[in-house]
Amino acid sequence: MTEFVGSQSFIGLIYLIASALFILALRWMNAPPTARRGILAGETGMVLAIGGTLLQLGIEGKLEHIAISYGWIFVALGIGTAIGVPLGLVQMTAVPQRTALSHAFGAFCVTLVGTAEYYLGGTNIPPFKMSVLCCEVILGGLTVTGSLMAAGKLQEVLPQRPITFKGQNLFNLSMLVVAIGIAVYLVRNPGAPHLYPVMVGIALVFGVMLVIPIGGADMPTVISLLNSYAGLSAAAMGFVLNNKLLIVAGALDGSSGFILSVIMSKAMNRSFTNVLFGAFGQVSSEPRRRGSRIRDGSGTGTAQGAGTLRRTHQAWSRCAVCDSSGGGPNARTHERAAGGS
Amino acid sequence: MGTALVDGLFVFMLAGFIGFEVIKRISPLLHTPLMSITNALDAIAVVGAIVLVGRHESTLSFILGILAVIAATSNIVGGFLITDRMLKMFKSSRPNPKTGAAGTPAKS
Repeated sequence: MTEFVGSQSFIGLIYLIASALFILALRWMNAPPTARRGILAGETGMVLAIGGTLLQLGIEGKLEHIAISYGWIFVALGIGTAIGVPLGLVQMTAVPQRTALSHAFGAFCVTLVGTAEYYLGGTNIPPFKMSVLCCEVILGGLTVTGSLMAAGKLQEVLPQRPITFKGQNLFNLSMLVVAIGIAVYLVRNPGAPHLYPVMVGIALVFGVMLVIPIGGADMPTVISLLNSYAGLSAAAMGFVLNNKLLIVAGALDGSSGFILSVIMSKAMNRSFTNVLFGAFGQVSSEPRRRGSRIRDGSGTGTAQGAGTLRRTHQAWSRCAVCDSSGGGPNARTHERAAGGS
Repeated sequence: MGTALVDGLFVFMLAGFIGFEVIKRISPLLHTPLMSITNALDAIAVVGAIVLVGRHESTLSFILGILAVIAATSNIVGGFLITDRMLKMFKSSRPNPKTGAAGTPAKS
C-alpha cells in the first residue's frame, strides 16, 4: 500500500516538473538567445508528461488489459510520429497552414476524449463534470473545424476573401446559444445521449462560421486565438480527468495564446475585435472599415485573394524569418513563393 | 470532489496569470515560433488520451482513445520539429548583417 501511494506521489512529482518546464519553455521563448533552450524545456516536459502517464497506467490499469493497452499506445505514438514528422518538415512559407492543421489535430484529440468520457459516464455523470465536459467538447469541436477552415484559406483551397451574409451575427450567436442550451440541458439530464451529437455538430458548424468571415490577412491572429481555445479545452479536460498537469498546460496555453493574438494584431496593425468577432463589426460599420483598410494598407477586401495572401506571407515572414536575415535569402524565398501564387 | 475542484480552479487561475505575464513582453521576432511551440504544448491532451486508452472501459472508448493519441502525437512531433527548424534559421542568419553576405541559408 505504501509503495502504491509512494509511486502515485512520484507521478505527481513528475507532473510537477513537467508543468515547471512548460512555464520555462514559454518564458525562454521570449528572447532569441534563450529560445532554443525553451524548445528543449518544452520537449523534456512533454516526454516527462507522457512517460509519467504511461507509468501511471502500469500502476492503476487493469492488469489483464495492460499489455494490450501499452502495445496499442506505442503503435499509436508511432503512427502519430509518422504523421507528425512530414508535418514538421513543410516549407517555411507553409508554416501558417501547418500550424492551423496541427491545431485541428490537437483539438480533435480533445473532442474524441471528451466524447468517449461522455459515453462511458452514461446517465450518472455529476453536474460539474458534465459542464466542463460540455465546455471541453464545444471548444474542441469549434477549434477542429475553425482550424481546418483557417488552413484551407491559407492554402488557397478555400476563397481567401471574407465570406459574409446578412444576419450572420444573429445566426452565429443563435447557434452558440442553442449549443449552450443543449449543454445546460445535458448537465441537468445527462441521460439524453441523442442530444450529445447535436451539440457536437453545432460546435463543429460554429467553428466554420467563426472563421469564414475573416480575411486571409487576419489568419495568423485567428490561428493564435484558436490555439487559445484548444488550450482552454485541454484545461477543461484536466478538470474532467482531475489532472493538474492538463489544467496547468491548458491554462498556460489558453492565456498565452489569447494575449499573443492581441499582441500580434497590434503588431500587424489589425483590429483585434474584428478578428475576435469576424464580420460582427464589419457588416455594421462598412464605411469606417473601408477607411481603415486604406490607412493600414492591408486589405481584407474582396477580389484580391493573391494580394492578401502575399501580405499574409509578408506578415508571417516579418515575424519569423526576415527580420533576422534582413531581407536575406529567406525573404527572397518568401517573395518568390508569394509571387508565384 | 469539492476540494479537488477548488484546487483545480486555483491551479487554473494561477497558470492563467503566468501565461499572461510570461508572454507579455515577447519580441515580435518570436511570434511565430511561440505560436508553434504553444501549438505543440496544446497537444498535452495526449495525456488524457493515454489515460483513456489505459482504462480500457469499452471498445468505443478504446478506439477513440487510440485515434486521439495518434492525432495528439502528430501535433506534438510536428509542432516541436517546426519550431526547432524556425529557430535554426535564426541562428544561421544572425551574423549576416555584419558580413553582408548571405551566409549559409538554412534549408527549408
